[in-house]
Amino acid sequence: MSKVFIALQTNDDTRPIIESILSDNPHAVANESPAMVKIDAEGRMTIRRASIEALIGRDFDLQELHTNLISLSGHIDESDDEFSLYWND
Amino acid sequence: MDMQVPKKKLSLKERYTLMTRDLAWDTSYQPKEKVYPYAGYEGIKIHDWDKWEDPFRLTMDAYWKYQSEKERKLYAIIDAYSQSNGHLGVTDARYLNAIKLFLTGVTPLEYMAHRGFAHVGRQFPGAGARVACMMQAIDEMRHAQTQIHSLSNYNKYYNGFHDFPHMYDRVWYLSVPKSFFEDAMTAGPFEFVVSIGFSFEYVLTNLLFVPFVSGAAYNGDMGTMTFGFSAQSDEARHMTLGLECIKFILEQDPANLPIVQRWIDKWTWRGVRLLSIVAAMMDYMLPKRVMSWKEAWEIYFEENGGALFKDLARYGIRMPDCAAQIAKEKDHLSHQVWATFYNYGAATDFHTWLPDAEEMDWLAQKYPDTFDKYYRPRFEFWREQADKGNRFYNKTLPMLCQTCQIPTVFTEPDDPTKICYRETTYKGDKYHFCSDHCQHIFENEPEKYVQAWLPVNQIYQGNCFDDGVDPGAPGFDPLAAVLEHCRMVHGRDNLDFEGSEDQRNFEEWRGMSKRNA
Repeated sequence: MSKVFIALQTNDDTRPIIESILSDNPHAVANESPAMVKIDAEGRMTIRRASIEALIGRDFDLQELHTNLISLSGHIDESDDEFSLYWND
Repeated sequence: MDMQVPKKKLSLKERYTLMTRDLAWDTSYQPKEKVYPYAGYEGIKIHDWDKWEDPFRLTMDAYWKYQSEKERKLYAIIDAYSQSNGHLGVTDARYLNAIKLFLTGVTPLEYMAHRGFAHVGRQFPGAGARVACMMQAIDEMRHAQTQIHSLSNYNKYYNGFHDFPHMYDRVWYLSVPKSFFEDAMTAGPFEFVVSIGFSFEYVLTNLLFVPFVSGAAYNGDMGTMTFGFSAQSDEARHMTLGLECIKFILEQDPANLPIVQRWIDKWTWRGVRLLSIVAAMMDYMLPKRVMSWKEAWEIYFEENGGALFKDLARYGIRMPDCAAQIAKEKDHLSHQVWATFYNYGAATDFHTWLPDAEEMDWLAQKYPDTFDKYYRPRFEFWREQADKGNRFYNKTLPMLCQTCQIPTVFTEPDDPTKICYRETTYKGDKYHFCSDHCQHIFENEPEKYVQAWLPVNQIYQGNCFDDGVDPGAPGFDPLAAVLEHCRMVHGRDNLDFEGSEDQRNFEEWRGMSKRNA
């Protein structure tokens, strides 16, 4: 199974996002580099709006991800509630 | 950031449909073929443009909102960085030479990408594709501008940053990135999105913007880190567009497969050759390094690109043929390119140097099979010669590859002690190449590549001197005349970093920043 990844800048906006990704995707692994975090996951990774909102205590629009996103890989499926990365193999 | 998130009346998918495809219209008083004249000639068959969907479902209103947020962040940091003399916080003034290469070799490509996407954004018959290309065209313009703004701060203090657009059109090694993009822009709209959107953005730009920019952060260069990550946040969208575009073309008609495969083969190789400059930047130009070129290559090309091609296999797409040679070259590329720049350090608008003992140990550890065997002895010999006062600057112009325009400095894939040359004859003229793959690209489209503007050939033909210069005058120095034509100042912008004005100034200013002098 191939890996998908998402890389985010390291800052206060992304801390709860990273935390929620890691708790919603137990198979995901975070790799830290200077100023950035790259999260790898086999097969599929899902980012959930509700999990982020629970951590930050306010409404969150998943498109806010764009502001601190560095890179990603995999096909994307985005709805109002979830943002998923996956490979079809 | 504390964004207000208003409650939406429509779902993301509904809003996207309403605000992209539903805003388009069909022409009535002109036939579609006349409105989109370039859509057919490449042989790509599209039956239903409505099947195109932007996976991000970004509409223009959301686009402006997030882009303006990114810009506010970026310029706040740039201001803070310049107001606090941030340039004195970089590890070493030597580091800035990587950034000079970035400004002259990468920033103009952002502008070229802007022009390219603006063009294809007009030429695609489908509304979804047009909107995505238009956003990317605006992004690319933003990248060029933010890079120029960020790096103009260095131009106040350091040499070599002073005239990048002029140099881009003239300096020998800059014809490599320039010709790459001109090749893509003069192709049809589908080849352009496959070349730039897919092969370059999806498969290769991570190597430039992710580990290199993280390296900039590691070296205290807040300016480059900020514009780099800000640009890369758009790249994620561009990569998605590139992948979507490949899937869309392949799903539309089985006859599209061989055309697309040929473009992927061609542009993966063209992109790999272009990135050989980044290989040297990562392994040789960063005083503090995050990872080696080879490690970055394994993560972003082999692992990530491998996953991508495995996924695309269901359409019949296979890994490009050049992958086998690329795998062999990853142990050699950065060393061969840096050795070339060191050789031609009298003709570069940045400074060059030899790796010190500690750096050579790092290289040996990262390249256990090749560095000590093939490259360390060479660098040690040059060091020895330089210490004796015999620093050798090569003034003989090299033979260039007709396709990638890189001097033919790369070795045979299976023999790192032998330079690789290939040649072919077309209409009675002989053409030279650095590799089988560049030769095959030429042979597929000879009428395009015979027109290549090769700097070395142009210099020999006398086309790279200022008006009024007489190459027949006694004592004429062609290198000096070429440097002048490129607006490089000999002894200030080129030659060794050791002993340069940049080095002296940085040491002095850094000293002053710690005490009242």
